[in-house]
Amino acid sequence: MEKYDVAIIGAGMSGIAAGIRLAHFGKKVCIFERHYAPGGLNSFYFKEGRKFDVGLHAMTNFVKPGVKRAPLNRILRQLRISREELNLSEQLGSRVAFPGRDIRFNNDFGLLESEVEREFPGQMDGFRKLVETIRSFDDTEFNYPYQSAREVVRRCITDAILEDMIFCPLMYYGSSTEDDMDFGQFVVMFKSIFLEGFARPKEGIRNIIKLLLQRYKEAGGIRRMKTGVASFKIEKGRVDRLILDSGEEVQADIVLSSVGLPETYSLCSEKIESEADSKAGRLSFTETISIFKDQPSTFNWGDDTIVFFNSRDRFAYREARDPVDLTSGVICIPNNFDYGEAKLPEGIVRVTCLANYETWTMYTEEEYASEKEIWRSRIWNAAKAFMPPNSLDYSKDCIAHDMFTPKTVEHFTWKQRGAIYGAPQKAKDGTTPVSNLFICGTDQGFLGIVGSMLSGIAMANTHALR
Amino acid sequence: MTKDECKQVVLDIIAEIAPDEELSDVKPEVALREQLDLDSMDFLDIVMELRKKHGIEVPEGEYGNLVSLDSCAEYLTPKFNALV
Repeated sequence: MEKYDVAIIGAGMSGIAAGIRLAHFGKKVCIFERHYAPGGLNSFYFKEGRKFDVGLHAMTNFVKPGVKRAPLNRILRQLRISREELNLSEQLGSRVAFPGRDIRFNNDFGLLESEVEREFPGQMDGFRKLVETIRSFDDTEFNYPYQSAREVVRRCITDAILEDMIFCPLMYYGSSTEDDMDFGQFVVMFKSIFLEGFARPKEGIRNIIKLLLQRYKEAGGIRRMKTGVASFKIEKGRVDRLILDSGEEVQADIVLSSVGLPETYSLCSEKIESEADSKAGRLSFTETISIFKDQPSTFNWGDDTIVFFNSRDRFAYREARDPVDLTSGVICIPNNFDYGEAKLPEGIVRVTCLANYETWTMYTEEEYASEKEIWRSRIWNAAKAFMPPNSLDYSKDCIAHDMFTPKTVEHFTWKQRGAIYGAPQKAKDGTTPVSNLFICGTDQGFLGIVGSMLSGIAMANTHALR
Repeated sequence: MTKDECKQVVLDIIAEIAPDEELSDVKPEVALREQLDLDSMDFLDIVMELRKKHGIEVPEGEYGNLVSLDSCAEYLTPKFNALV
């Protein structure tokens, strides 16, 4: 039987980052990944000769070099990666678009401040107070008690529309809970999106994955791809061994799982006491990717990097009742980053909306394909309303497209209900009732590319290196 | 190993952990955290690299001895010399 110091489940951002730390310090570590491809929720794939990013819109947490304590700078150090290797380009600028209201923001926080002042002049004192509260919150503490973010924000902001416009990007980037979130989580998201910012590697997520895998291999880490873990054999309150999909058994002193909290519990051979409280995430999404021959700037869409849109009086971030909830969503235009002279070869527009998991998983194969086609143009029309006018003829000018639904996410990542932001209950300190089983990634609570790497690093440091 | 050599070993480790930091002006008697942008993750790395590169163990309760270059030298030099 193979025996490891640490078995990591999942070759996504958090799993590989954890692996780098452990291998670098001499632990015998193996990453087990059921898919043939690395990257997890942030993977990439090829279709008709084009490379598509699965999850990447923009990398949040962008800061300039030297910003103290910023998560991006911390992970670069911890993984021994130089900033140049990431080859990041900053966003041109983004927008929160509500009926009759637009708030722009970019990687300079001063823009958001002046936009809030312009749109909501009476709220500036409250907004500054909120930002001060956010800046002084200690987000390195893992186990603080739950506080409703809406309640904290309402003590500072008294205009419901401004409140919703602040929450909209934070929920979409992303919250696993409906309507509200833990204030600690709100702080992490607010910092990563507004106080820090957006950037993108020109080649997409592929280069980051390649870089991480290279570091992992150089450090002596082992990967077993197309090798899923079917269960953990629990004995005396700990994982005694892992049973792979093939039936092969593997031993490890410590198991670090990035597959999600309810997903991890479902792998345990015995029912775990907290399992009943650990429900799968209720929020799932659909995303369309549309390709155009020309750059978006040629059809008047060259200014916005990300647009968070909402058409209702009150923004509602909830499980979709309809197959797709067209009332709000996110538009991402990967061309609109500061790549300098080099441009992306084609125009790309991505649109994300909340989607109903049950509906999409119950279609027959034919229904599924035809429903995707129907909703693709509806989604385009919903998004178009928030963008500058142009003379695009979508059905003619869109030369290629792809679309994923909650079913796609569940199929390729094994996240229950295709919930990309995971379960509402997080394991904030990464521990479970099983003494040598720990969680990293989305359900430990740090999100995004930088967040998930930080999660893998922090959980490896805390639970397997001391 | 002299105390000065020990300080250099620690600076070399810091240079590897935090290559973006300017180390030429580090004052040996002042806390490292006050002069450099080092957090608890970085200090854990200093401890881990001491173990990996030099076989030196620093128990968690004794991390406080690493607060400045001078205190590192006081604490670590005997440990280096005990290995020989």
